Amino acid sequence: MISFAECSARARLALLLDADSFHEWLPPTERVTSPHLAQLGVPSAFDDGVAIGRATLDGHTVFVAAQEGEFMGGGVGEVHGAKLVGLFQRALRDRPAAVLLLAESGGVRLHEANAGLIAVSEVMRALLDVRAAGIPVIVLIGGTNGCFGGMGIVARCADHIVMSDMGRLAMSGPEVIEASHGVDEFDSRDRALVWRTTGGKHRWLIGDCDALVEDNVVAFREAAITALGASKPLTLAALEEEHELLVARLHALPDEKTTGDEATLLWSALGIVDAQRVPELGVDAVRALRTIN
Amino acid sequence: MSNVPAGIETLDFSFSGSQPAGAFAPVLVGVVGSGNLEVMLETAAGTDCRVHVETSARGFRSIWQAVMDDFHVRHPLAGVRVSINDMGATPAVVSLRLDQAVAEITGAQP
Repeated sequence: MISFAECSARARLALLLDADSFHEWLPPTERVTSPHLAQLGVPSAFDDGVAIGRATLDGHTVFVAAQEGEFMGGGVGEVHGAKLVGLFQRALRDRPAAVLLLAESGGVRLHEANAGLIAVSEVMRALLDVRAAGIPVIVLIGGTNGCFGGMGIVARCADHIVMSDMGRLAMSGPEVIEASHGVDEFDSRDRALVWRTTGGKHRWLIGDCDALVEDNVVAFREAAITALGASKPLTLAALEEEHELLVARLHALPDEKTTGDEATLLWSALGIVDAQRVPELGVDAVRALRTIN
Repeated sequence: MSNVPAGIETLDFSFSGSQPAGAFAPVLVGVVGSGNLEVMLETAAGTDCRVHVETSARGFRSIWQAVMDDFHVRHPLAGVRVSINDMGATPAVVSLRLDQAVAEITGAQP
């Protein structure tokens, strides 16, 4: 077994896709690097922290992008974002079986400020265009840096999300919440709390991800193959259904006077038996606990 | 430290190699993360091994020179372009990454 979390972005591509099938666009030798980082005294990466290209998965042609979490926390800068946008736009023209996004990112690369913010919004628009064309977008989240900020929103725009129990998905990261609302609101050093509220098990149980897998590149590959045909229509009815789910979740949340662990209370409110045992259960056991579709 | 200007330091080294690397697909190893670096090897015309370094840790030219001298003794490559983006890797890490990259083109175990 090879841990997905411990692999680099390029190692994930090599192991997840059909052997030797990855053809990279704008490879490192092209040196399409950030125009901003050097001015700030920060070294660039030859691929600006993301590898994009074409490959086959179980024989099907797919487009794929993999973010490198070790470079600037996977932050989306101007070039990094433009590479993602270009991949999605090319998918509209060439119509692959799916677009896979191996997301590992803290969101916007703050060094690039507005350029990074605009890049993330352009990624969202390009992703939604691909979905509207009936091409499924599949996001795989299992890196140690998680998927946060703007990339958390991008992930939730996709058709299908696969997470490991190691993976994390949220908008504001733990340190950001603590910095803005204080340690009483959220203790970012409490790792158990962080995983209870952002981790793959939580996202699976409350319906924010579509598959929960072990931290294993083979498990991610199998889940991605299963998701290949899973295009979800981007319709008003589908959006209204999702809003109903979110409203139901909001009302299921314990009120402010309730004491105790909020994630566990929410799981209980969703009808999950022995919710306090979830953190210690294995992936297979947690998979069987989900109460919502 | 205050008299060291902010920004990236750029270093270039060149060695005359005796081991022709021949044709190989470009190789990239490592990641630009804290205490880490990426090393890219590409083919180049001629018999030199040229090294270009961009690093956020300024003022370590003599250390880089020593690490590269050692590298050249281990692998006197000819016709190779080495490009490095560094984020404060230690000399040992730099040497390991260089050996890893060479192993990728020669097929040897690092």
